[in-house]
Formats: sequence, structure tokens, C-alpha cells
Amino acid sequence: MRWGVVTFPGSLDDADALHALEALGEPAVALWHKDRSLQGVDCVVLPGGFSYGDYLRAGALARFSPVMESVVGFAAAGGLVLGICNGFQVLCESGLLPGALIRNRSLSFICTTVHCRVEETDTPFTGAYGHAEVLALPIKHGEGCYVADPATLQALEDDRQVLLRYVDAAGRATEAANPNGSLRNIAGITNATRNVFGLMPHPEHACEALCGGVDGAGFFRSVRATLTDGLPTRTASVPPGL
Amino acid sequence: MTTTLPPVTAAQATEHGLTPDEFRRFCDAIGRVPNLVELGICSVMWSEHCSYKSSRAVLRGLPTTGPRVLQGPGENAGAIAIGDGLAVVFKIESHNHPSYIEPYQGAATGVGGILRDVFTMGARPIANLNSLRFGSLDHPRTRYLVGGVVSGIGGYGNCVGVPTVGGEIYFDKAYNENILVNAFTLGLVRADRIFRAKAAGVGNPVIYVGSKTGRDGIHGASLLASAEFDETSDQKRPTVQVGDPFTEKLLIEACLELMEKDFVIAIQDMGAAGLTSSSVEMAASGGLGISIDLDQVPKRETNLTPYEILLSESQERMLIIARAGAEQAVMDIFRKWDLDAEVIGTLTDDGLIRVRAGGQEVVQLPLDPLAHGAPVYERPYAPPAGQDELQRLDLAQIPLPGDYGQTLLRLLATPNIASKRWVFRQYDSLVGSNTVVGPGSDAAVMRVKGTTKAIALSVDCNSRYCLLDPYVGAMTAVVESARNVVCSGGEPLGVTNCLNFGNPEKPEIMWQFREAVRGLSDACNALGVPIVSGNVSFYNETDGRSIPPTPTVAMVGLLADVSQHTTQWFKGEGDVIVLLGRTREELGGSEYLAAVRDVVRGTPPWIDLSVEMQVQHVCTQAIREGLVRSAHDCAEGGLAVAVAECCIAGPGEPLGAEIEIEADIRPDAWLFGESQSRIVLSLRKKYVNRLRDLARDADVSCTVLGEVRGRRLRIGGLVDVSAADLRSAWADALAQQMEG
Amino acid sequence: MRAKVYVTLKPGVLDPAGKAIERALHALGFEEAHDVRLGKYIELHVDGDATEAAGRLDDMCRKLLANGVIEDYRFEVGE
Repeated sequence: MRWGVVTFPGSLDDADALHALEALGEPAVALWHKDRSLQGVDCVVLPGGFSYGDYLRAGALARFSPVMESVVGFAAAGGLVLGICNGFQVLCESGLLPGALIRNRSLSFICTTVHCRVEETDTPFTGAYGHAEVLALPIKHGEGCYVADPATLQALEDDRQVLLRYVDAAGRATEAANPNGSLRNIAGITNATRNVFGLMPHPEHACEALCGGVDGAGFFRSVRATLTDGLPTRTASVPPGL
Repeated sequence: MTTTLPPVTAAQATEHGLTPDEFRRFCDAIGRVPNLVELGICSVMWSEHCSYKSSRAVLRGLPTTGPRVLQGPGENAGAIAIGDGLAVVFKIESHNHPSYIEPYQGAATGVGGILRDVFTMGARPIANLNSLRFGSLDHPRTRYLVGGVVSGIGGYGNCVGVPTVGGEIYFDKAYNENILVNAFTLGLVRADRIFRAKAAGVGNPVIYVGSKTGRDGIHGASLLASAEFDETSDQKRPTVQVGDPFTEKLLIEACLELMEKDFVIAIQDMGAAGLTSSSVEMAASGGLGISIDLDQVPKRETNLTPYEILLSESQERMLIIARAGAEQAVMDIFRKWDLDAEVIGTLTDDGLIRVRAGGQEVVQLPLDPLAHGAPVYERPYAPPAGQDELQRLDLAQIPLPGDYGQTLLRLLATPNIASKRWVFRQYDSLVGSNTVVGPGSDAAVMRVKGTTKAIALSVDCNSRYCLLDPYVGAMTAVVESARNVVCSGGEPLGVTNCLNFGNPEKPEIMWQFREAVRGLSDACNALGVPIVSGNVSFYNETDGRSIPPTPTVAMVGLLADVSQHTTQWFKGEGDVIVLLGRTREELGGSEYLAAVRDVVRGTPPWIDLSVEMQVQHVCTQAIREGLVRSAHDCAEGGLAVAVAECCIAGPGEPLGAEIEIEADIRPDAWLFGESQSRIVLSLRKKYVNRLRDLARDADVSCTVLGEVRGRRLRIGGLVDVSAADLRSAWADALAQQMEG
Repeated sequence: MRAKVYVTLKPGVLDPAGKAIERALHALGFEEAHDVRLGKYIELHVDGDATEAAGRLDDMCRKLLANGVIEDYRFEVGE
């Protein structure tokens, strides 16, 4: 399998995603925002940064780029898409994921390490983790407060699309453990067909013991395992209608 | 008459900040009276900011060379080889006045400017640091300024993909009306691919790239940075520039992509004094001439005059001298990144700058007087009237504290010592995947990908010491930043400095400046570290009151083996705590006296440079041999604060320590005095004897203080406080004062 | 043709900036201020007649200027 990491003009963590994949022994190519071709990759990563300056809204302009037209089609055909931080914002703006990311409750940019709990492991992105495993992951964003209307939130919960929640070191989803005010402490969600995943924490900055620890590597390993060995089976009961 | 515009009057020259002598000198040099556009050019090129006319003579004594130095002062930034065919490029620069007038944009454009100085040389920026000075938090404007500056640094730095990994912040009422914002950038470059600002090749094209030109910042450098503040300063607000970090990011990528090719002869940021200084300096350093057509300059506004275009300080612009024939290839790269790029002129051989606008020649000046003709002043100097009195401190008049534990808690909560996490958590410190040790330890440590190496970075200055004794204070800034680098496992490589002072036309300010430069020089010579770049910021005064002398020093060090990086906090119970260096009865200039007794006087702690060298040497040896689990420089707040920080500054639960005290000096001096050349180490018990041997060989005092143990910090019978209380006092203080 | 676009957060969407402004107003003695919501105001020139412009502006708002998940918009065309 091969990974593709998109570079928008204002992407910042694109090289870091490529570096992390290289450190994990994963082959990866850079995808340029003005190109439509996805070069036949098996998983597209939308990296952190400020895609087109993000002066209007984070991720608002990126959805109109040539590469995103292809990514939308790729996702519709079942391709795996991983959006990190700004990538998560782009996925929401593009309608590939529900909800939106607004300014942090504190109104300021936050760069720190947080604890996140893996809520579901039967997805292509989280299969390498244990159920309810608590990860230490860096966040760095100014607009990471996840919001959605109550019906959407309920649907996300009912369908077990919340894959990652901010928790304390003991794994409790408390208000104090919520760094940005996200509703229901949501740190990452997947779509109904579970092939698109967006998260605010930066797993690519947690793939090496020397820089940031290794708790983020499982997301990439999960994708590798999925594409090599097939999808993990859904363990819990599948809600009706799927 | 060589241009079509009328000559200026002497009154216009005065309005442009030229003295009558300077104006006469310029007229003599060009053999006539300049027109208004030409006067504008002269006024910025001869401003203090661009010409260093008050400092140049003093700075000549600084050590700037060394076997690793690839580029010393005089270019956009300095460069030092680190082996493996690589070099680091770095510089620190001030943006003080703009940040006081408009803190967000002032700080943001300060970051943008220093980034351009570094990537101009072909280096990819990998780390930002900053050194900030604010007034007292009680002052009504301080919180607004802190909030604005911090979000400006973050708002710009976080959007360009360069991590902000460290820095320092001090609060002192002496900065109430004149804050300091000094920004530092370090970049990494192949040693054989360093680009410079020296033009070559008659007929080669001059290419303008980046943002369009507007009216922002006209006369920013010449007026704002070269004159004192007064009540009219707020009216200068329109001259503050607005930054666009997204464009900067594009400019970084486009320039670095361009520099992989063989198209660029010379390149310079259009920073202070914009198009004028970049074109004059590049052409003059190549001994050539330059011809520019302003009609070709990309513009954001209509009806810009030649004067405005030449002096605009619009941000995110660069000027490139390219190889003839490569014009299209250069422009294609910038178009790929959606940036403007236009050929606006050519290099000539006539030694002149000629500027055309609307088909007319509006400037025709010889380059040499502009670039090199500014007067060099040997300004008079004399110690301030009260200097001797300021140094008098009678310790007998200072009562001992009643409760040493409470005093320690109080010191940990002063904004100068308290955790700066409230600030640095607003900065992206991770982007680039190089950050091994981020903000909050003695020095930041950045790995160098593709090698086993890492770079250690620290910025330092105690301006209280500098006020009491600028010579000792400046030495301290050098040795303490070096000590921070050493504590992190690095070997000091080189220095960049930002010399922030008052009005150099006053003899007492000039005396402070000369003393500080002498201190920098002596310390750098002793440590064997060259100063490869820097910046002088004079006129930091408001209504005649000067800031304390603040010669900020940024030290860059090298770790041959990144696995030897060391952090300041204790690692585990049972480790032995050792002090390298001696504690003397020195309380002058201490944070303790200032915070608890409101006394700023005395002489700062003395420095014996040979002792300092030996202490740093022992620490380095011990780290190399793998003996050391933590290392922390003893600084503001003294030994008690240093040990407390070792207990509480780590990412995990706070640890306690049991410390023996065997003092033959005042207990408050033993606990809170700031004697220099001291390092607190922790190590496993089995290595203590080896450390003692190393110290004995180097004739360095090595005292076992105690042991990492439990959850309380106990120091003799004087201090007994829970580590949790220490941490909350230290960790929450700044956030409470900023948000409370 | 000159147009003014106002983008506001939908009722019920958390507005931390609005809350901060409200706190600051209260601190300054403006206790009568409530329900502060911070929005965006965008000015632009559009070619074409008023009816045509209105249709195009609506498109602009839906596609780019506002995010329908969290924001409402309204605009004025005139002069």
C-alpha cells in the first residue's frame, strides 16, 4: 500500500506526516493541491496547518481545490481519508464529516499534550489500539472546538462514530480534561461508512520516542493492517439501518 | 540638475531626522542638494537603525571569528558550521517600538522579519525564540501589551510552520512605557549553499517577489526605531506594518525552492527601509550600480508616490538579483506559489542608484555615500550620576525573612520566576518534528534530521544586573546562556545579541552601552564563542526615561549526540542532588531583594570567567559520560528556587527533596542569593564518586546537597513545603495574573 | 454594485468570543448588555443588476462566505 499526504499552500505539518510515515517504514508520496491526481494512493492524509491562510474560516477554501475534488470522489468510493487538525477542519467544511470546528473556548491557541481515549477499535483507523486505551497525544490549534447540532451528536453516538475523546490520565471524560470546549469531549470522529476519520490531535507528532512519544503510531499501523489484512470486524452490535 | 525634481530645503532635511551637519555632509558627498525622494533615501540609509552610526565604533571590539564561522556580522544573519556538511544560520532582532504602539502586529511582524533574515540566506527556519520585557503587571497597560504581543507572536509563528521553542519574559516597572520584543530565528542550511546579499554581474535582473507594496510602515525604521517616545507616539500608529503569515509561508517555500536551483546571485529581505535599503545594500556590497523602474513594482494601492514606494515597509517582500536569462524560471516558481514576481530593474556598472517612475528619473545617487558615508560617531560617555550610590547595599539593614518556606513560595509565584506555560502553550512548539526539548527547560533542544546531532538554544539577559553594573550584567548574560546550553548537553557554538538601550546621545547611556559591549566581549572571548550576528536598538526611552540596559544574548550550542540531551527536572527518587560551584553571600540585584524587600541595588553577583569555564566543563564531561539525570542552572531566586524547579518543572507528578544546609553565610543568601557559576545536578548514587573526581580534576567545588525523596521539599530546618504547593504556586501564578 | 454581507453564528452555537466580550462589557459597567454574539461583516462589489447580484450573493454565502453548519447569513445590495 501507499500513502498520499496533501500539501495545500499553507499546510504546515505535511512534511511531518511524511516524516512520521517514513519513520514507520510506510511508503508515502506528496500530493499537490493544484493536481487532481491522487497518484493511486491507498490512504490520503490531510495534514495540519492553515490550508489557504484560513482567514475566512479554517479549511473553508481548501474544499474548492482540485485535489479535494478528487479526495471527495475517492472517499465516496470507499477510499481511506485521514484528516489531522486542519485536515479535520477541511473534512468538515467539505461535508465529508458532520459538524464544525470553531474557536477554542479559551479563545487562544493551545499547544500541549492531552490524553485521549480510543472509543471504538473496529475501524480502519483504530484497530491497533485496545478498547478504551488512553493515549498521550499533542494538540496545537486555535479552532478545535467540535460542535454539531444535538441530532447530529446523537447520531454520532448511536452509530459509534466518535472514535476519540479528551479524557484525563485516568480515562475519564471530564470537563477539566477538555482542552477546547468540544461538545461531549469529542477529539475525533469518523463518517457513517467509517472510511473517513478526522481528529484534532496530531498522531504524526507522536511516532518517535525522541520527539513526542509513540502513542500516535497506532492510527497509521491500523490503516496498514486494514489495507493488508482486511477490515477489522465490528465487535459490538450494529445499529439498525446500516 | 540630474533629476527632474526640485532640491529640498534644510528644514525638510531636519524633518527627516538629519542634523545640519549630516545634511551638509550628504550634499558634499553627492555634489549637490538632493530632491525629496533622494532625501528620503538618505534619511533611512543614514538612520541609526540602518547605519549603526552611534554603535559602530564600539562594536568593532567584539569577537566575531572562529574556525566554524561561515558568516559573521554584516549579512542578513550569521552562519556557523555544525559538521555533516551543514550549517546553522541565526539572528536576533528587536521590534520594540512597533510592539508598544500596536502589540499584536508589532510582535507578529517582528517574527516575520527575523524569519526572512534567515531564509534569505537559504536556510530553512527550524526554531524561533523570543525575549520579552514588559512593565509591572500592576501597570494598567501591561496585561494588554502581554496579551497582544504573545498572541501576535503565536498568530504569526503558528501559521508559518516554524516552532517557537523557548524564550524568556521579565516584568519590571522600568519597562512600563517601553517594552522590548526581541525575536530570534535559527535555520538549517547546507554549508555550501549559503546565499548572501552581494550583487554581481552587470546586466543581471533585479526581481521583486512577494506581497504588493502599500503605504504601510513608511519611515518605520528611521523614525520609530531611531527616536524617543513621547505623547505623540500614538499618532505614529499608521506607520506600523501589518503582517500576513500565509504569504510569508508561501515566500519561505518559494524562496527555498528557488535556491535549490542555480538562478540566484544575491537576495535580501525588504525589511526596514524596504526597497531602498535592499537595493542600495546589495548593489553597494557588490561594488556595482542599480537601476530600478518603479512602474514595474507590484502595488496594492493607487497613486503611490516614488517616495512612498521606495520607503514602504510593506511586509513579506524580497529583492533578488538573478542570473540573466533565468527571469522566466524564477517567476514560474513564484507563480506556482501564487506570489507576485516582477523584474523591476538591472545591475549597472556606474556605481549609482537610478530610479525611474512615470518615464522620469527621480533618483540618481552614488551608492557609496548612502551605504558607507553615514558619519561614525564617537559619542561621549560617563557613568550615570547615581551609579555608585546604586551599588551601595548594606545587608545589615536587610532583615532575615520570618518564614523561609513562605518566602520560597512567594518567589516561585513572582512573574519573573513563575512558569511561563501560560505564554508558551499559545505557541506551536512541535511543527517540523525536530523538538526534543521544548519550552520550559534550561535550553530548547532541536534534533538535526539525518544526523545524530542536535542544536541547543537559549536566550538570556538579567537587566537588573545590567542596571547595577552593565559590564558584569552583560558577562552574565553570555555565561548564563552558555550554562543553559551546557545543562542541556550542548557545547556553546556562537552568539547573536540584541542590544537594547536608551538614547545614545546621552553620555550615561553611551557609558552603559560601552560597558555592556566590553562585558560581552570579555565573556565571549573567555568562552571562545564568536558573535556572528546582532542588532542594536537605541532610543528605548519614553519622556526621557530610559529602560535598563538590556543586552539580550541568544546562545546556540551543538550536541554531537542527541541522546545526551538533558532536562532540568529530577527524574526519580533516590537520585543524589549535587551542586557544582560555590555559594557566596551575594544578594545584590537579586529577585529576592526586589520581590520581597523592594530593593534594587548593590552589585550583581561577581563572575570569575575561569571558574565559570571549569564548572561548565565538569557539567559537560559528566553529561558525556552518562552520569547526569538532570541539570539546572542556578539563576533568579538562587539555589532554593533552582531545587524547587527541579522538583516541579517536569511533566509528571512533582517530586520532593531532602537538602542539607551547611552555610557559613546568611541563610537567605544561601537559599535565595544568585551567585553565578552554579549548576544543580541529580545523578544516581553510584556515579557520585566519579563526578567528584571530575570536579576535583577541574578544581571545581562539588557539594552533595541531598537526595530526591518523597513529596516534600525540605531544606535544612528552614524550608518544609509540599511539592504540590510549590507546583501550584509556580504553575498558576502567571495565568492568574493575566486572566484574573 | 456595493454589497454588505453579515455572517453570524446560529443561535445555540457556542460563542466563546461573544461571551468574553459580554464579560468585558459587564466589567466596564455596561450591565445592561446581554446575548453578545460576534459575527463577521464582509464588504464587496458585485457586477450586474440588483436582482442578479442578490442571487449570486446568496450562492456566494452558501458556498463560501458562511458555513451552514454553524452560521447564518444575510446581505444587503444597494447604492
